[in-house]
Amino acid sequence: MTRQMKITLDNMEDFARGAAFLGTGGGGDPYIGRMLAQNAIKEFGAPEVITADELADDAVVLTAAMLGSPPVLLEKACCGDDIDLAIRKLEEKLGRKADAILPIEIGGVNSTLPIMAAARLGLPVVDADGMGRAFPELQMVTFNVYGCSATPLVVTDEHLNSVLIEADSGQRAEGLVRAAAIQMGLSVMISSFPLNGRQVKDYAVHGTLSLALGIGIAIREGRTAGNPVEELVAYLKTTPYYNQAKILFDGKVTDLRRETTKGFAIGHCLMDALDGSGRQMEIIFQNEHLVARENGITKAIVPDLICMVDRETAEPIPVEHLRYGQRIKIIGTSAAPIMRTPEALQVFGPRIFGLNEDFIPIEQL
Amino acid sequence: MRIGVDVGGTNTDAVLIDGEKVLSWCKMPTTPDVGDGITTAITKVMTDAGVSSTEIQCVMIGTTHFTNAFVERKNLLPVGIIRIALPAARALPPLLDWPEDIANKVGDNIHLIRGGYQYDGRLNEALDEEAIAAAAIALNKKKIHTVAVTSLFSSVNNDMELRAAEILKEHMTDVSISLSHTIGRIGILERENATIMNASLADMAGSVVKSFRQALKNLNITAPFYVSQNDGTLMSADFVAKYPVLTFASGPTNSMRGAAYLSGVKDAIVADIGGTTTDIGMLVNGYPRESSVTVDIGGIRTNFRMPDVLALGLGGGSLVRQEAGKVTVGPQSVGYRLSEEGLVFNGSTLTSSDIAVAAGYAEMGDISKVSALETGLIAQAVDAIHAIISEGVDRMKTSSEPVPLILVGGGSILINRDISGTSKTLIPDHASVANAIGAAIAQIGAEIDKVFSYDEVGREIAMESAKREAIEKAIAAGADEETIKIIDIEEVPLAYVPGGAVRLRIKAAGQLSFAQNTLTEIFKGKGE
Repeated sequence: MTRQMKITLDNMEDFARGAAFLGTGGGGDPYIGRMLAQNAIKEFGAPEVITADELADDAVVLTAAMLGSPPVLLEKACCGDDIDLAIRKLEEKLGRKADAILPIEIGGVNSTLPIMAAARLGLPVVDADGMGRAFPELQMVTFNVYGCSATPLVVTDEHLNSVLIEADSGQRAEGLVRAAAIQMGLSVMISSFPLNGRQVKDYAVHGTLSLALGIGIAIREGRTAGNPVEELVAYLKTTPYYNQAKILFDGKVTDLRRETTKGFAIGHCLMDALDGSGRQMEIIFQNEHLVARENGITKAIVPDLICMVDRETAEPIPVEHLRYGQRIKIIGTSAAPIMRTPEALQVFGPRIFGLNEDFIPIEQL
Repeated sequence: MRIGVDVGGTNTDAVLIDGEKVLSWCKMPTTPDVGDGITTAITKVMTDAGVSSTEIQCVMIGTTHFTNAFVERKNLLPVGIIRIALPAARALPPLLDWPEDIANKVGDNIHLIRGGYQYDGRLNEALDEEAIAAAAIALNKKKIHTVAVTSLFSSVNNDMELRAAEILKEHMTDVSISLSHTIGRIGILERENATIMNASLADMAGSVVKSFRQALKNLNITAPFYVSQNDGTLMSADFVAKYPVLTFASGPTNSMRGAAYLSGVKDAIVADIGGTTTDIGMLVNGYPRESSVTVDIGGIRTNFRMPDVLALGLGGGSLVRQEAGKVTVGPQSVGYRLSEEGLVFNGSTLTSSDIAVAAGYAEMGDISKVSALETGLIAQAVDAIHAIISEGVDRMKTSSEPVPLILVGGGSILINRDISGTSKTLIPDHASVANAIGAAIAQIGAEIDKVFSYDEVGREIAMESAKREAIEKAIAAGADEETIKIIDIEEVPLAYVPGGAVRLRIKAAGQLSFAQNTLTEIFKGKGE
């Protein structure tokens, strides 16, 4: 069951925790994101949440996100005016005012940033996003898969510098954004993929704000009941996308290796089962978790979701906080059907991340 | 000859050490004025060993006093909060997530000022010196005399914080200034929180250090004294008066360092079993492994250098209960009342200590008081006690290889079997005062935390320059150059940053140099 949400100061903690789960290890520190949203709600009031279906076909829908290096985001947060500026500059370019703000990704810090932007601008936020999870690159989004252009897009910094980018492909736009972000100090605001209401209705992953909140509530209520991981999985099974949900592994981290190539942190996390069976699981991640293999056999693979949670509290664990000896349950879930089509797999399937295997849905593994 | 003192919430322990040898030790109750308890404890160890005050070269004190004060919200001052980061981070103002009761005590004297650096130390925004001066004048008018200064990326470049301190001193009378780069790491909110906490303790830190000084003066001890900090290294007395937050986690650190010293083992698991709880931590190269996640103190997020400790509800006073045939141990405990309430002490409460006596492996009190306990109950309770420790040890281990387990604290008598995953179990002499020992042997250390571009300078050169800087910092802090070692290196590649940008965190530590004159000068500085 999807719980239709209303944003309040009090439910931001549940919401951010649910978004951290959907971040599948990446997506940036959800704490900072929650603080930004809460502060904006205190100052400007909570934005209204609308469903994608409530949008007029020709409505102007703009996205709001933060982009940068996770450790830098911990120090250099935005000023607020920078996100307003990104939206304003894009409106200028389009010659139309925005009717609503849309999260581009629901995982991690970028789930709460649009709430902040919508609160500041007095616009509604759409209960949907472009992936139902988090991904590391700009073009890895349903809108790109189904032909919507990433550009024109605007990148801004806290000094209120802005860069307008028009590019011939999502991939190229990603490269240009990254170049600008480096100059701007690796913590920037971005509004990309300007959309109309029809495109949001057709290509967005619907209802994901509500789903993030539902996940957070399930974890909190599960803690009160004493079985948060089970409650979480039970809730996931009732959802429209994440219903193929299972606990893939219950183990302890025994090895962690990280390397940075092409600006991305690629990591390997090895785990031993806690039941003494000698089973081992390897998780490979590039910001987000990509594949989970038990004794060499794939159990879940991108774009399906692979999430790590504390085995006792079900607290989602971002890869920056992974360390040896942690006791973790790995939960795998199906991605939204729109994320699993052949076209979608061309953009964020396993081979795009350098994995030498094809996507197989989690329910067949 | 040196003295180590541990001032805890319940007990003040002292040890007297000559070279490697423990000459005497004692446990005394902590007193309302901490100085009295220290005087009693030190007098006792000196008398027992027949040592005079002139023979003492150095006194090291470990204390949980400041942590307790903050958690209990006692004697906190209103703080002038200065953040130098604009235009960045305006959307994340200070005190954002503080519990209301404590935020109210600290107040709303917040000044957001332009300035700060980038992640690589480049200028992000020039410091608005006039705004600092204006803030100083405003704070002075409001009679605020403690200020917390946090600037953007000050852990990479601290120039602006230092300059701000100069300006504040020019415009304020008798001001105490806390600078964030001295306290925390990258992560502006957490570092700022810790800096504000520190500033709020300024008066108390001054008066506690004064009462330490007075106690030593009364004892005619003219030797310098130090206070141990979270990472097992020492701070000068003047420094702790300025940075009391750096003692916040020194308790578990001292007991682990003491365990390493007493057992002679540098890589091990340590379980400090007290009356109510057990702290389990990992010793790596003689130092506790640090926590990599944010630490919550009194409801506030910080990113202190804290040891990674797992607290379990098992101690010598833990209640043992039998319900529906199942035996449970803890987490409730009679705590320090064990000597009145335990069965072997003629009390009426069945505790874990009674079980250890009944099972025949511990000696205390009157064994006849537990002779009627069922053997089934005893066996199950002994299993439960060992299971708690086994599970904790397994959670904290850093590799699947068996490692030695060192038991310290008064509750170490509860354990008499090998714990799975460990190679051997050690209970060293003087295990019950391991924390005072840990304070006595603490070293002088220093840490650097900076971002380097490996593509520009190469990994080797970056590493060398970082190590050299850490060593120089340690020497400046009073460490003996000959004994300095790099005790920790952490390399974190920064995702999304080109040019192989890596954040390097390096820690160096060495033995306290007794020869340096500069040290004595530091201690005899003003503020007496």
